[in-house]
Amino acid sequence: MDELEKMLLMQIADLHKIPDGAYNIRKNGEADGRRSTKHIVISPREDGKPGIDIRIAPHTKNESVHIPVVITKTEYRETVYNDFYVGEGADVLIIAGCGIHNCGQQTAEHSGVHTFHIGKNAKVRYVEKHYADGDGNGEKVMNPRTVISLEEGALLDMETTQIKGVDSTVRETVAKLAGGAQLVVREKIYTHGKQFAATDFSVELDGEGAGADVVSRSVAAGESVQEFRSKITGNAACHGHTECDAIIMDRGKVTAVPSLAANSVDAELIHEAAIGKIAGEQIIKLMTLGLTEQQAEEQIIKGFLS
Amino acid sequence: MLELSHIGFSVPTENGREKVILDDLSLKIEERFVAITGPNGSGKSTLAKLIAGILSPTEGKIFFNGEDITGLSVTERARRGISFAFQQPVRFKGITVKDLLSLATGRKSTVSEACEYLSEVGLCARDYIGREVNASLSGGELKRIEIATVLARGTALSVFDEPEAGIDLWSFQNLISVFEKMYRRTRGSIVIISHQERILRIADKIAVVVNGKIDRAGTREEILPSLIGANACAMLTKTKEA
Repeated sequence: MDELEKMLLMQIADLHKIPDGAYNIRKNGEADGRRSTKHIVISPREDGKPGIDIRIAPHTKNESVHIPVVITKTEYRETVYNDFYVGEGADVLIIAGCGIHNCGQQTAEHSGVHTFHIGKNAKVRYVEKHYADGDGNGEKVMNPRTVISLEEGALLDMETTQIKGVDSTVRETVAKLAGGAQLVVREKIYTHGKQFAATDFSVELDGEGAGADVVSRSVAAGESVQEFRSKITGNAACHGHTECDAIIMDRGKVTAVPSLAANSVDAELIHEAAIGKIAGEQIIKLMTLGLTEQQAEEQIIKGFLS
Repeated sequence: MLELSHIGFSVPTENGREKVILDDLSLKIEERFVAITGPNGSGKSTLAKLIAGILSPTEGKIFFNGEDITGLSVTERARRGISFAFQQPVRFKGITVKDLLSLATGRKSTVSEACEYLSEVGLCARDYIGREVNASLSGGELKRIEIATVLARGTALSVFDEPEAGIDLWSFQNLISVFEKMYRRTRGSIVIISHQERILRIADKIAVVVNGKIDRAGTREEILPSLIGANACAMLTKTKEA
């Protein structure tokens, strides 16, 4: 692994070396290392599509899976399908992420389709980070699609972060929840320059006691454009909350379209959306502590996206 | 230390005229603890914001340690040693109490340092240090954290704009002791805009602002009797001794 690849890995997975536990490192479309453990088995897909199956045995506790993707080529596009089968009662951490370094003139694009089948009462924390850099004019594009199915009492806590670097992203997340299942999503996006980011959540709360909390915080600076869409559908006695909180700066633009559909009289659904520039009094408060206006802005954004 | 010289401040009104908020106001602050009081709308908060640089006077000059700071920004004044506690503390999503204290001291605060400032203002540090300075904190809690950020800076001049505003009587009783302690320990000067008799009682000097001018100023002994006499009720809110 060269320095560039190491740097990308560190950005997306906080990995300084080969991780403990199960892992699969994908580099420019090829497997660059894979390890299964007793309880977590990683294997190539059976249907011939690029990607892997990750099978986590029931009641596996305190184990982790790292599946970073690194792209350092220009003029490269791939679509990868990864399927997770999480057994009943398991409690695991899954760290995915994609790092692109494109110093060429052509586009580098990664589209990852992650499908989660999460068994009864299993708990999954899923962390996904996107990072891109490169000194060429080549576009860095990432289009993740996440498909989630939560059985009774299962929990998915999903944290997804994209701070600068990615030129264009269209993110789609679809989830179906059975009774008592919980979905928590924390999304953070920072775009600048001429970047574009669209994010679209669609959550179906099918069972009694199902709950979803989808919160997106984003900053659109420069001339970047963002679109946030979310739809929570309540088909039973359930709780749903979706929130989009965006800061716009310079000539940034944000569209937020949260929506709710209640198909059961016992569904309790809430949506919130707020878009605005940084409050002037916040900047002044930090200036009274000795920060310049620019430092104040940086601190406010850092806190907002932390 | 601080000198306000012939300060005027006016704002344009809707009908195209000027509304005078402060008019040829002069005041010298040399003492350790100066209270500025006066009726609502007399221009006290405007005065505090002019000192911090949040507003600029339309006339007159402000001197700090002999330097003319009238044209300096909020940041520049802060760096020269002026701190300002807001009447309505600002909330921040995602910035923790510890972050704010670190920004105030200008370096990464250790947990024990941050705890020290918080216990100074009567907050149990362990409960607060990791909390976000957001809407989940009550008005009284925010007020204390605001005061703690000024304490943490430890500058030559600290200006507090109505620390009692927006907090309940019980919280206020505790806040008084914070200022009493601050008075004993400060190495700089404290300026407090306040209506509260108990704050005025610990002041070395009291200045009374009426209609945008200094109506009278002097030692506590000189000024306080005129404020707590029979005719002064409208000006001051008395807090009953517990």
